[in-house]
Amino acid sequence: MATRLQFENSCEVGVFSKLTNAYCLVAIGGSENFYSAFESELADVIPVVKTSISGTRIIGRLCAGNKNGLLVPHNTTDQELQHLRNSLPDQVVVQRIDEKLSALGNCIACNDHVALTHTDLDKETEEIITDVLGVEVFRQTIAGNILVGSYCAFSNRGGLVHPHTSVEDLDELSTLLQVPLVAGTINRGSEVIAAGMTVNDWTAFCGSDTTATELSVIESVFKLREAQPTAIVDEMRKSLIDSYV
Amino acid sequence: MLTADAVVDEEVTLCSRNPLNAKLYPLRLHLPPNNSAMHVLVVPQSSKDYKFLIILPLQLSTPASVSTSPAAASSKQPFLPSPSPVLDPGSLFPTNHIKVAMAANMFVVPQTQGTVLCCKCGILMTPNPANMCVTCLRSEVDITEGLRKHVTIMHCPECNSYLQPPRTWLKAQLESKELLTYCVKRLETDLKKVRLVNAEFIWTEPHSKRIKVKLKVQKEVLNGAILEQCYVVEYVQQDHMCESCTRFQANPDQWVASVQLRQRVSHRRTFFYLEQVILKHDAAAHAIKIKQMEQGIDFFFGNESHALKFVEFLGKVAPTGKSKRSEQLVSHDTKNNSYNYKYTHSVEISPICREDLICLPPRVAVSLGNLGPLVICTKVTNNITLLDPFTLRQCFLDRDQYWRYSFKSLLSSRQLVEYDVFNVEVVSPEYNVGGSKYVIADVEVARVTDYGKLFYVRTHLGHILHPGDRALGYDLYGVNSNDNELDKYTDLVIPDVILIKKSYEEKRQKKRGKPRPWKLKSLNMELDESRGRANEEKMNSEYEEFLRDLEENPELRFNLSLYHNKNYQPSEMASMGDGDDVPSVPLEELLADLELSDEEDGEDSMRE
Repeated sequence: MATRLQFENSCEVGVFSKLTNAYCLVAIGGSENFYSAFESELADVIPVVKTSISGTRIIGRLCAGNKNGLLVPHNTTDQELQHLRNSLPDQVVVQRIDEKLSALGNCIACNDHVALTHTDLDKETEEIITDVLGVEVFRQTIAGNILVGSYCAFSNRGGLVHPHTSVEDLDELSTLLQVPLVAGTINRGSEVIAAGMTVNDWTAFCGSDTTATELSVIESVFKLREAQPTAIVDEMRKSLIDSYV
Repeated sequence: MLTADAVVDEEVTLCSRNPLNAKLYPLRLHLPPNNSAMHVLVVPQSSKDYKFLIILPLQLSTPASVSTSPAAASSKQPFLPSPSPVLDPGSLFPTNHIKVAMAANMFVVPQTQGTVLCCKCGILMTPNPANMCVTCLRSEVDITEGLRKHVTIMHCPECNSYLQPPRTWLKAQLESKELLTYCVKRLETDLKKVRLVNAEFIWTEPHSKRIKVKLKVQKEVLNGAILEQCYVVEYVQQDHMCESCTRFQANPDQWVASVQLRQRVSHRRTFFYLEQVILKHDAAAHAIKIKQMEQGIDFFFGNESHALKFVEFLGKVAPTGKSKRSEQLVSHDTKNNSYNYKYTHSVEISPICREDLICLPPRVAVSLGNLGPLVICTKVTNNITLLDPFTLRQCFLDRDQYWRYSFKSLLSSRQLVEYDVFNVEVVSPEYNVGGSKYVIADVEVARVTDYGKLFYVRTHLGHILHPGDRALGYDLYGVNSNDNELDKYTDLVIPDVILIKKSYEEKRQKKRGKPRPWKLKSLNMELDESRGRANEEKMNSEYEEFLRDLEENPELRFNLSLYHNKNYQPSEMASMGDGDDVPSVPLEELLADLELSDEEDGEDSMRE
């Protein structure tokens, strides 16, 4: 189910949190409301970890991860790294990478199988991504923007991309990612999708400015309505609509 | 049908079927690293499931040697890179055929704009910077908020003008361009916030005292989207008389400045000429009233600056002396110490006219280089041109010089007498004096009224006089002049006759009564009623003489506009036998008069 919330009066939820199938990272906010919203949804299923990365609260944009691993930028402090290693489940590999483009959340968008990256990412980083996250890496742009991690958000079941993406691009991306994609907006017409929301296979959290239309689009493309936290049925999706045309 | 060893020569495209939307996409292959050999194995598709083709490394460079294998591979490899362009449905093959292809070179994908849902209402729309459909955006943002929709404007019903604060009144018709400019200008402060794209009137009843203007404005909203919106502004017209109309209503004859133009001579030739010059230059456009007085004309203006401008204009076209200005106090506001005056300018024109005979005072004659004291005035503009008929020396006196001495003429054109010319003996060759040609000749003349006395005189009109002609001149033999200046010259030999011009009187007799092919316009003058019938006849004959003067002298016509007389029809009789003896105005000099009449077609008046 999709939930609407705010972090300290800001609707950019995806900036201050990172949600995957195995864990959830939350920024340290002024009030506990943000944390408790996540807790109430996810408490018994996956660990919700409060953290900071390199002393900042914009953890959603600085790190990238999926159920297999978590990548953090080079300026993460040792204490933070240790805290993450301690709090996250053992099968999640936490790796600090030396990369010039340190906002990994803006450069890498991934689910458990595929990752889209910034076109100028290092070769070495790409290899680390393949190893740590266990994904296939594709360098792509979305609607002409190189920050793929900001302008799209996708899970194993669906994805939402920048509204100006053309039909051909949408087809190409969806065949690459093998999930249905739709072009849409978040937070009342904002184009920065991944900053406004965070999603995994059974829940999504959006900014409170998200309109009902946008919420329904999100729920339908990520298949949150019939989603069960446990079983993800892997079957042919013949009747899928991957774009509204 | 492909067999095991088929060799395909033409270009083929390798495709795969997308499991999500059942479309065929050309296969885009990632080449293996280091250029190792890549083999492509093609297997037939089964008809029921959607299966992928297996790709095994195969050397791509060999053209089209493909091998088929009976093994049907069925495992899905979901992460094959296979991109975009959709094959058109016509090329889709039935499922039990094998479509074999070889990838050609990459081509640029044509991009089509997708559609998104409006974030508020959920209808499909093309994405825009706000990502909201236009209706939602309109309902959300009103760019005309804060702009005035009702404005009050002042209107003067007398002169149909509108007040532009603080003091200017602008004359404009309803639904005219000027009124639209005025209305938009009144909204200037508002329109600084938005950008005006279009403005037009909405029709309102003229008596309703409301003017409606529809404005289209543009403004940037929300993240870069530019919204365009129309709105209507209503202007309420309040009636308020403007200052000049109030003043006019209070006293219709109210003038503020007047110019009294005078010339102390007994004829009005100068004023006829000046009237035409004023008309040509439109100098009296601001005059409220023009009144004809004895020996002059009065001009009344609403503004002192107009009067000053007119006085300056007069100084340029006529030899006027210094104008005197006098003021008369009309009203005095004690509270703010402002005074209202009436100004009167008195302008005097020199009494020297064309064809006058002048005896120069000794000082003037000496200052002009001993010009013979008897001179003829040949031309008067703002300079006076004097010609000595015996030496053919020409001199110019400008205004200041004349008014320093202010001499009068000895004899004026009223005293011209007709002479008959009997004999002409040319004495000198043709001289060109200031543009006109003169020839000195000795002539034998006698007065028409008195053939008894013959005079032998020297004249400067040798170029036009022939025996048998009539000439006009001054009879110095018979005249009794009471002139101080002449007395000062003790040893001057005064000739008996000084001829001035040739007379065309006889020939004109034939043309008497026939209308001229040209006409003159006249100023709207109030006549002095006290003068009576006799003066009117005198005026008419003077006017007729003036017209004749114009015909005879092209240089006089130079400054004036003559108009084509539409009523003139040249009759057959006149063209026969008349010849070119009588000077007349050539057709090229005539201007076509502008006629504004309602019956005329719009096109015709444009052509004129």
